[in-house]
Amino acid sequence: MTPAPDQTRRKLSLGAWHALPVIVFLLLGFVAPLLAVIGYSVMPERTFSIWQAPTAENYVTVFTGTSYISFLWSLGLAALTVFFLALICYPIALGLARVFGRWSSALTLVFTIPLFVSENVRMYGWILFLIKNGVLLGTLKSLFGIEMDSWLFTRGVIVFGMVYVYLPFMLFPMTLGVSMVPRETRDAAFDLGATRWQVFREIDLPLSMPGVVIGFLLSFVLAVGAIAEFKVLGGQQVIPITHDIEIAFTYSQNWPLGAALSVLLMLVVGTLVLVVLRRFDLDAILGRR
Amino acid sequence: MARGNWRYGAVWAWTLTVVIFLYLPGVCLLLASLTESRYFIFPISRWGLDWWGKTFASLEIRALFETSVLIAVCVTVVAVTIAFFGALAFARYDWKGRALYQRIVLLPIFFPQSVLGLALLLWFSALGVDLSWKSAIFAHLVWIVPVVTLVISIQVYSFDPALEEAAFDLGANRWQVFREVTLPVLFPGIFSGALFAFLLSWGNFPLSLYTTGADTTIPEYLYAKMVAGYTPGVPVLGTVSTASAAILLLGGYALIVARRRRRAASED
Repeated sequence: MTPAPDQTRRKLSLGAWHALPVIVFLLLGFVAPLLAVIGYSVMPERTFSIWQAPTAENYVTVFTGTSYISFLWSLGLAALTVFFLALICYPIALGLARVFGRWSSALTLVFTIPLFVSENVRMYGWILFLIKNGVLLGTLKSLFGIEMDSWLFTRGVIVFGMVYVYLPFMLFPMTLGVSMVPRETRDAAFDLGATRWQVFREIDLPLSMPGVVIGFLLSFVLAVGAIAEFKVLGGQQVIPITHDIEIAFTYSQNWPLGAALSVLLMLVVGTLVLVVLRRFDLDAILGRR
Repeated sequence: MARGNWRYGAVWAWTLTVVIFLYLPGVCLLLASLTESRYFIFPISRWGLDWWGKTFASLEIRALFETSVLIAVCVTVVAVTIAFFGALAFARYDWKGRALYQRIVLLPIFFPQSVLGLALLLWFSALGVDLSWKSAIFAHLVWIVPVVTLVISIQVYSFDPALEEAAFDLGANRWQVFREVTLPVLFPGIFSGALFAFLLSWGNFPLSLYTTGADTTIPEYLYAKMVAGYTPGVPVLGTVSTASAAILLLGGYALIVARRRRRAASED
């Protein structure tokens, strides 16, 4: 005669108790700041206080202005980044999950280290590599006498920079996804005469989908928020939405306008994340037994 | 196994290519720091360690180090404490709000950091909080607590609750079970969580930018110098910050492996 119902109730409240510090902290540190942004977005132009009569004028300014161009650039280049990342990372994810064996954890470490170096520093390394008289062009010139134009400050190099910076955010979820495909299922399909392409389409892709989609989502969201790549590598060839927001907050000292732009960006990102995350069982992806 | 050996080779070759590509900027930074001249022209004509000496002698840079380390240490302590319990709620207990809670924890990770930094700036200003290294700790935590919760959760998933129950059956009290069973078993996860917390705070730029006020961290300083024009001090400091991150991570990983080996040996 075990007191089963009683124990379940205790378990419920135990979980909630353990979650409490994180929940309280995120309410104060994440939810409240987002509410503050929404609050500022309905304040009169160029004011710094949040306690005034609300107005919609900032949204009118945004919708009648040219910010949509920046929005489209941000979303478009982020989508392009995700596309290239998928092609680059899939073979590596396969390798980490199936091929590399005992080298896998060492390689994972190698892919992790760049995460801890500030984006700016890594961008700067690329500048030294690509700039006129830099590592690449300087070497070509002194060894082969070839002179070329620098690739810096073009649109292509912006996407290149984003692919570079966000690579681990695609790779790691993708690897988790690929490791979710059971070896026996693939072997069985091969034994039944499936071709390589059929196995990929019917087994690998659907079963690894949760991890793959989370990798897409994460790298897309982070790339939409990118700013350093545009400023440092792109030389402001293209102005992303994050740059518009920053300008509003700094040079033009128009916090409410910047807040309105941020709200729109948050809406796009938030909707996407919530829609996608709802569909997956996180326990299965993260490896609950 | 015989099936497609060349494919395995191709996967290896591709991965190593990407690794080289990943570390190329770091190599460029190192090369650029080893020059005696004021400007960066490659191939380098006069190699030297002048700029390393100058950078290490600078008091300003010492202060930057102190600020960055102070923020990272505080972030690590607070993040690991909160996230440890958060991870148990995430992965160990079945409770009613769990699915929702898991998604809430993920949201700050799936969020553009520059926008998060600005949101925190507005929030601090609405509250009338003065910006300093202390507000930066809070800002870093908003992003790092969820990451550390995830990292520890992955360890918690492989934790067998039966171990705790066995200890209870043998008459241990709650605190004893926690200290003798839960903590040691989850230690590798907690340790990696702490490493992640420290290093992510150490390298963070977008959150620091808006929330440190008059204080400056190393990534912020580097950015200011980059925008202002070239000085070989930037590659030196960039190399130092990259190398210290790598050494910490590899050292930490070596500790985990050594501990695992020792445990395996003592069980034999």
